[in-house]
Amino acid sequence: MANDTFEPKIVGFLCNWCSYRAADLAGTARIKYSPNVRIIRVMCSGRVDPTFVLKALALGADGVMIAGCHPGECHYIEQNYKAMRRYYMLKHMLRALGLEEDRIRLVWASAAEGQQLAEHIDKFVEDVRKLGPLNWPANWQENGERLHAVEAIAKEHEESLEVLP
Amino acid sequence: MAERVGVYVCHCGSNIAGMVDVEEVARWAGANLKDVVVARDYKFMCSSLGQAMIEEDIKKEGLTRVVVAACSPHLHEKTFRRACENAGLNPYLCQMTNIREHVSWVSKDRAKATEKARALVAAAVERVKHQAPLEPFFVKVNPATLVIGGGIAGLQATLELADAGYPVYLVERTPSIGGHMAQFDKTFPTLDCSACILTPKMSEAGQHPNVTLFTYAEVEEVSGSVGHFRVKIRKKARYVEEDKCTGCGICVEKCPRKVVDHDFEAGLGYRKAIYTPFPQAVPRIPVIDVESCIWFERQKCRACEKLCPTGAINFDQKDEEITLDVGNIIVATGWKMFDCKKIPQYGYGRLANVFTALEFERMCNAAGPTGGKIVLRDGKTEPQSVAIIHCVGSRDSNHNEYCSGICCMAALKFGHLVLEKTKAEVYSFYIDMRTNQKGYEEFYHRLLEEGMHFVRGKVAEVTDAARRPEEAGKLIIQVEDTLMGKQRRIPVDMVILMGALEPQADAKELGLKLGISCSMAGWYTERHPKLDPVATMTDGIFVAGVCQGPKDIPASVAQGAAAAARVMAMITKGDVMIEPVVASIIEEKCSGCRICNNLCPYNAIEYDAEKQVSRVITAMCKGCGTCVAACPAGAITGAHFSNEQVFAEIEGILWDAVHGNGGAGVKEGQPVSA
Repeated sequence: MANDTFEPKIVGFLCNWCSYRAADLAGTARIKYSPNVRIIRVMCSGRVDPTFVLKALALGADGVMIAGCHPGECHYIEQNYKAMRRYYMLKHMLRALGLEEDRIRLVWASAAEGQQLAEHIDKFVEDVRKLGPLNWPANWQENGERLHAVEAIAKEHEESLEVLP
Repeated sequence: MAERVGVYVCHCGSNIAGMVDVEEVARWAGANLKDVVVARDYKFMCSSLGQAMIEEDIKKEGLTRVVVAACSPHLHEKTFRRACENAGLNPYLCQMTNIREHVSWVSKDRAKATEKARALVAAAVERVKHQAPLEPFFVKVNPATLVIGGGIAGLQATLELADAGYPVYLVERTPSIGGHMAQFDKTFPTLDCSACILTPKMSEAGQHPNVTLFTYAEVEEVSGSVGHFRVKIRKKARYVEEDKCTGCGICVEKCPRKVVDHDFEAGLGYRKAIYTPFPQAVPRIPVIDVESCIWFERQKCRACEKLCPTGAINFDQKDEEITLDVGNIIVATGWKMFDCKKIPQYGYGRLANVFTALEFERMCNAAGPTGGKIVLRDGKTEPQSVAIIHCVGSRDSNHNEYCSGICCMAALKFGHLVLEKTKAEVYSFYIDMRTNQKGYEEFYHRLLEEGMHFVRGKVAEVTDAARRPEEAGKLIIQVEDTLMGKQRRIPVDMVILMGALEPQADAKELGLKLGISCSMAGWYTERHPKLDPVATMTDGIFVAGVCQGPKDIPASVAQGAAAAARVMAMITKGDVMIEPVVASIIEEKCSGCRICNNLCPYNAIEYDAEKQVSRVITAMCKGCGTCVAACPAGAITGAHFSNEQVFAEIEGILWDAVHGNGGAGVKEGQPVSA
């Protein structure tokens, strides 16, 4: 259902130390790239909870990008490796949910790599554009019952974690 | 009670306003985003008038949250936090969103840029409502400092701190301080004698009342954080008792075992099994090399023990573990030379008269194995012609891409020394001549005048296979002279390889112990490549000298002094502010699974066996948030980056997707945040 007017909405989670600074550098150097990626700053790519990614997709994002420091250059020593593990787990999960796993992407960009980050973003936007809109929220609304069932499970899970005073 | 949010959109002159319709963004935020009570745009938000506007609104309109849409938070977050604080609002209730670097400067389409800016403002508004007031905390700074590495950079840092009256522990891996500089003969471009300018500093460090030296020692473990590090060092057994040894040297003289010295003499000379690396070593206490000592090999000899006048030799000595408490750490671990055998076509290790730069340094040194005479490997023949090959293992995509920085000047220095000491012709084979410091270009011109030959081209091969009669018995340099545009074969007697400076083999390992990172090449990463070159991303840990990247002696000295100045500032201030962006564990929710314990790179999470819960040691937490994302029970919260805050930010950033076309009617309808 991809068409010419489709503009993918993409959420980018960028780590504070390398990739967010790379995005800053791309700006300072006036490197032009696609405006479709909207950036959320986290302290480390290791902070990206898989639920952040699912939440973004569920709310209407067509893709999610996670960017961190290069392996071995993590500000927090090695937490980008944890992000990488979760990324593969998430890809697996998306497949299981019947979604295209290429809607998420993990990239490395050091604080000096504004140009590379911009290229990654442009490439990802084009790749998601080819996949077409995800329309997850609309699908949910169509399947209202399923949504209620999911919510009920979530609530149950939450209650089981509640500790009585 | 609903929050009262103020939104401030900056024009940044035309930097933002040129691409983003800032008035529209502000109007839209005021009209459409829930809880926004004030939305303004202004020419320069960071100006004192812009700040005053925010402060006044906080007081008059009773704002409880502030959003500033302007440049990167890395530039002006502190400015706006301070403005909020001035008006009585907790600084952590202010959120910046970046519509300059991330929007106006990278966009080509005004409508799309404005749409993106709107989404970012919506994200910040949703997020800021969930932000909580935070209080930074303060820790006392221990005035003692640990310096790792006793080369010129570490020495400089040590002396600066010690002279300022603060205690310094200097840990050096080899038996003596001095580093690579102690191996050199002359220093470029002034041709100062290296030892003459270094040894006074060495002895000053050795005798300084504020300096405690630990030579032949290594850092084993680092814990704690800025202000109060605890460092375990392992002092290797010297088999010589330091308090008894007078440094008379009889043991060295009488030791019957002689071995090739691959460390200080770079394999060009010999040392005894008990040795001090060089005559001016500090401390002048010898070390027994277990690998070569006859006693350790076959339980015989002990000549040194019998002849020592003070009974200082002790074959039963054990490694000693010492714990130091320090407030700051300066890392000055230096470099090692590229292994020239990795480029077999240059023949090092195969062709006798191919030398490394370090071997040649020792050869030139009057205190070195040849007494300063420049001779071939046979130890007596003076070369008639010498080739110096630049960029061996550097500026080479097969090995190291970086420029090693110092080799051009060192090659010029070698050229000068050969011309001064011999009658040889000297050829330099360079890719580019890089002489860009004070007095360096002048030195290059001096060498041009002195008659050193310069051939621009990367050497293809060094070979002993002669094709012409005049090549017989020589080493032939096969090179494309890129200025003449033709292949040349130049026969020489001696070849010097300017090996690249490389990070120490265990630089990464030490980096992990300290919690500092390395670049892809292996050099320690500074906090900012231009504006913060000696600090690291870990507070209280500084870098100086070549371990941060190739550099010459003046730059290493400058960095050593700079690192010391940074440490002094910390000590003088007395305490250090810690950003309250840390994790905390809700004990009631924690199941004690301990998943987070192993995830934390700083060991900041400890397990309370009695209560069977984990607990964050706040002073050690750096706030990366990995544990927050990993906790299966959701028991860990990350201050300033909580799940609620990020979820709200995601909802805001997808504002148009959540609420359809432009989000009309949202103010009355469903709230944006969950």
